[in-house]
Amino acid sequence: MTIASVAVVLIQLVLAVAVTPVLIGVMRTTRARLEGRVGGGIMQPWRDLRKLLAKEPTRAPGSTLVLTAAPILLVASSLLLCALIPLASTLALASVPGDLFVVVSVLLVGTVALALLGLESGSAFGGMGSSRHMVIAALVEPTVLLSIYALSVPAGTSALAAIVQARRADPASLLNPVSLLAIFALVVVVIAETGRLPVDNPSTHLELTMIHEAMILESGGRDLGWLELGSWLRLTALLGLVANLALPWGIGQDAAPLTLLVGIGAITVKVLVLGAVLAAAEVFIAKLRLFRVPELLAGSFVLAFLSVSASYLVF
Amino acid sequence: MTVLTVATNLVDAGLLAQLLLGALAVVVAVVAPARQRNLLAGALIVTAGIAAAVTGSAALLGEAGTGLQVPVALPLTAPLEPLVLAPDQLGGLFMALAGIVVALAALFGIGYANGPAASRTGWAAFAVFAVGMQLVPAAADAVTFLLAWELMAGGSTVLLLADHATREPVRRATIWYAVMTHLSFLFLLAGFGVLAAAAGGTSWATMAAASIAGPAATLAFVLLVAGFATKAGLVPVHVWLPRAHPEAPSHMSAAMSAAMVKMGIYGILLLTLRLLPGGPRWWSIVLVALGAGSALYGILQASVQADLKKLLAYSTTENIGLITTAIGVGLLLRSSGQFAVADVALVAALLLAVSHAAFKSVLFLGAGSVLHATGERDLDLLGGLAARMPWTSVTFGVGALGAAALPVTSGFVAEWALLQSLIHVDARADRLLAIVIPITMGIVALTVGLGLLTFVKAYGIGFLARPRTPAAAQAHEAGPAMRAAMVLGAVLVVGLGLVPGPLSQALARAVSAGGVSTTGGAGLLLGAVDVVLNPVALTLLTLAILVPLVVVNAVLARRHPRRDVDLAWGCGGERTSPRMEYNATSYSEPLVRVFRSSLQATQLVDVVHHDASPLLVEQMTYTQETGDVIEDRLYLPATRWAGRLGDLARTIQNGSIHRYVGFSFAALVLVLVLVAL
Repeated sequence: MTIASVAVVLIQLVLAVAVTPVLIGVMRTTRARLEGRVGGGIMQPWRDLRKLLAKEPTRAPGSTLVLTAAPILLVASSLLLCALIPLASTLALASVPGDLFVVVSVLLVGTVALALLGLESGSAFGGMGSSRHMVIAALVEPTVLLSIYALSVPAGTSALAAIVQARRADPASLLNPVSLLAIFALVVVVIAETGRLPVDNPSTHLELTMIHEAMILESGGRDLGWLELGSWLRLTALLGLVANLALPWGIGQDAAPLTLLVGIGAITVKVLVLGAVLAAAEVFIAKLRLFRVPELLAGSFVLAFLSVSASYLVF
Repeated sequence: MTVLTVATNLVDAGLLAQLLLGALAVVVAVVAPARQRNLLAGALIVTAGIAAAVTGSAALLGEAGTGLQVPVALPLTAPLEPLVLAPDQLGGLFMALAGIVVALAALFGIGYANGPAASRTGWAAFAVFAVGMQLVPAAADAVTFLLAWELMAGGSTVLLLADHATREPVRRATIWYAVMTHLSFLFLLAGFGVLAAAAGGTSWATMAAASIAGPAATLAFVLLVAGFATKAGLVPVHVWLPRAHPEAPSHMSAAMSAAMVKMGIYGILLLTLRLLPGGPRWWSIVLVALGAGSALYGILQASVQADLKKLLAYSTTENIGLITTAIGVGLLLRSSGQFAVADVALVAALLLAVSHAAFKSVLFLGAGSVLHATGERDLDLLGGLAARMPWTSVTFGVGALGAAALPVTSGFVAEWALLQSLIHVDARADRLLAIVIPITMGIVALTVGLGLLTFVKAYGIGFLARPRTPAAAQAHEAGPAMRAAMVLGAVLVVGLGLVPGPLSQALARAVSAGGVSTTGGAGLLLGAVDVVLNPVALTLLTLAILVPLVVVNAVLARRHPRRDVDLAWGCGGERTSPRMEYNATSYSEPLVRVFRSSLQATQLVDVVHHDASPLLVEQMTYTQETGDVIEDRLYLPATRWAGRLGDLARTIQNGSIHRYVGFSFAALVLVLVLVAL
């Protein structure tokens, strides 16, 4: 564990916390402008977060530690993702390489924390959100693992940093069918895991459709602040992952300060642009009915499966 | 040299100690006064379990004993060959596993057993079952194996019957269990018979040395896999599991689910690695198909169950399925010449077995504690137990984390190893692998995902939220013996997850796998595929992130403390009735919709209208039932045909004495004719 890789982890954590509210601000503003609204401004999520974290949360009788712990756990799991995924640099901690299966399980810890929080509230909405959330998480799992599989076959490893490096060293591999299919499947996964359109609409509270919002409906004040931050960080981390897999240029590969600076700049630009594209695309999509979502996920599974099969033919 | 002598004695002495402790436990269970029976018999069985754990560990670490020979003589026969108990490394592993589970279950039983389970018969049967099970993997020949197997089956059947006087389902469950377990025995008897005939001896060493091949090997493989799969609870011979596990006393459920079904896995490993190694490729495909099918079917059924113990029973089928898949993948890769990755798959199978033993003990013991406290095992009627049963809640939570394969538990390490073995397969030159491996990966992934949902449901609905019934509201914490057993089990789940390196190294010995080593004191380094997993480092990194967060949260909490409210917001409405909460049935409703056809789900909505107008609804009842496709399509027709056959046979038995005398005469004539020929 060199000092450089520890520094990279620290830089990625600080960068993620700094960029995330901006990313959400950019996405909301893009959407607002395209819909002909003015929007709250790019810094509005920052102000929301500051306000929420300084407000008192409530507690109903009979509530347990889960009420306090789940929001913190969600933030911790999202931050851990930001530490493990190569965002600014491919330097990884030697003893905790960003192994994709470990990354997925860390992601799932956040998913489970949210689901338990939804049940903890003991209301119909919380349970409903939690149930839907877990069904989608369960059905998304095969796509996640198969697309990982497809990406790891050419690189010969499941360590993220090595995969990104291998893709950067061989840019031609970015455009072959294995890579394209796997990335597309991964995008569907990211959309499902972060609750974006067409799987979930983060900006409504309609009981028929809401998933993420239903789970956090009972939370307020500081708890809600953590939950928002945790969910946003998760989006940043996953967008950063997709960005670096699809366009691995600019990411730092050694400990030189200059390459690190370039890496920081590159990932910031990539994530913000990707976020804006995602937000713009969301303007044109309607939310899928809940029971049509499995079809979308099955489709992405087929893509991932094709990608794996293709990987045996190409490599 | 002296060390070796001492070590040799350790295994033999351990075997002898288990036999003696088992016999003593039976005697004590019979003679001890009722008040002390739980403590005395339980303590003796705990000791026998610990003896098995020590013996098994010693055998696993390569200190082979000379073997314990038990001479047998039956009246009117020539002296038979002695029964030989001599565990090899693989056997040692499974003996240690069984011993630890038995010790935990018996410790729990000291506090838990009451009524018929705490009777003389109850404890004596538990002792017979426990020692029988511990000796199954120690057997060095087929006769000893089958004898120990039957002790295990007999003891468990008697204990399963404990509550038959008060609850009807117990009787039905026992009949299913007895039939299936004897079916398994018949298959094994026939299979070992084929092997013994082909090899000219009953000992494992003779069978292995004979290198049997051809039709005899195939016949033996089919028969023995059928027998072991029945014991292990693989689909389609899993039907006894979801009946017997819920109805048995909970400490027994834990021992059955965590250890007894593993004997089926031990059998499959014994067969494919030791007795008939290097079988044709389709054998491994059969195992992968059986395993993957069981894993998916088991977890799908588990995810829609509302009965906590039934949920755990189906999840056992899932886990056994994953283990069998890993074994199948390992054998498939060996037959493809990819020995390094095959070793990883086999070590993953053993890791899965060990981690399942740890977390499933905790989960069943936790379910027992809930049953003890509330008298309920229906999740739809529980809730809010976390505040009332903190110890049970935390330990069950740890077990659920293990079952959901989340870090840093043993379950996570095991599934990580399985997935690593799958993605490192080189399938470029091999069409079969290129088809089998991705499909297996997809099934394993879906299983993992559904497992997550299942255990979030089990924990969240059972322990969080508000109690749904008065019974749940008046729940009380378990007693000290039960708490101790659950805490020890939970420590194992986390402990094995934190130090996978040394654990995997020990397991690798059992299947003589290479390329497994320890890194950084505790981490697991799979040198063959060049991947590393260090849960301790991962935990430290998590803590480095978590501790500042908690500090910030605490500072904020001091400035703006939490405000207590009577009811959470509840969407602006009052929600005094806990019936408005989501329950286990509603939780899995979306899943039931998605997998409607495989689950054979039927929903019945019954609306009672008001007298005044059909537009007014007075009452609505919603019933949802999910069936077992395999039971309906396979077992019902089979039992129906058996019944018809029985009816036919009845026509020749009309009770008339003349007819029976006629039968006897005809038989006599037949015998005389045969003799004369």
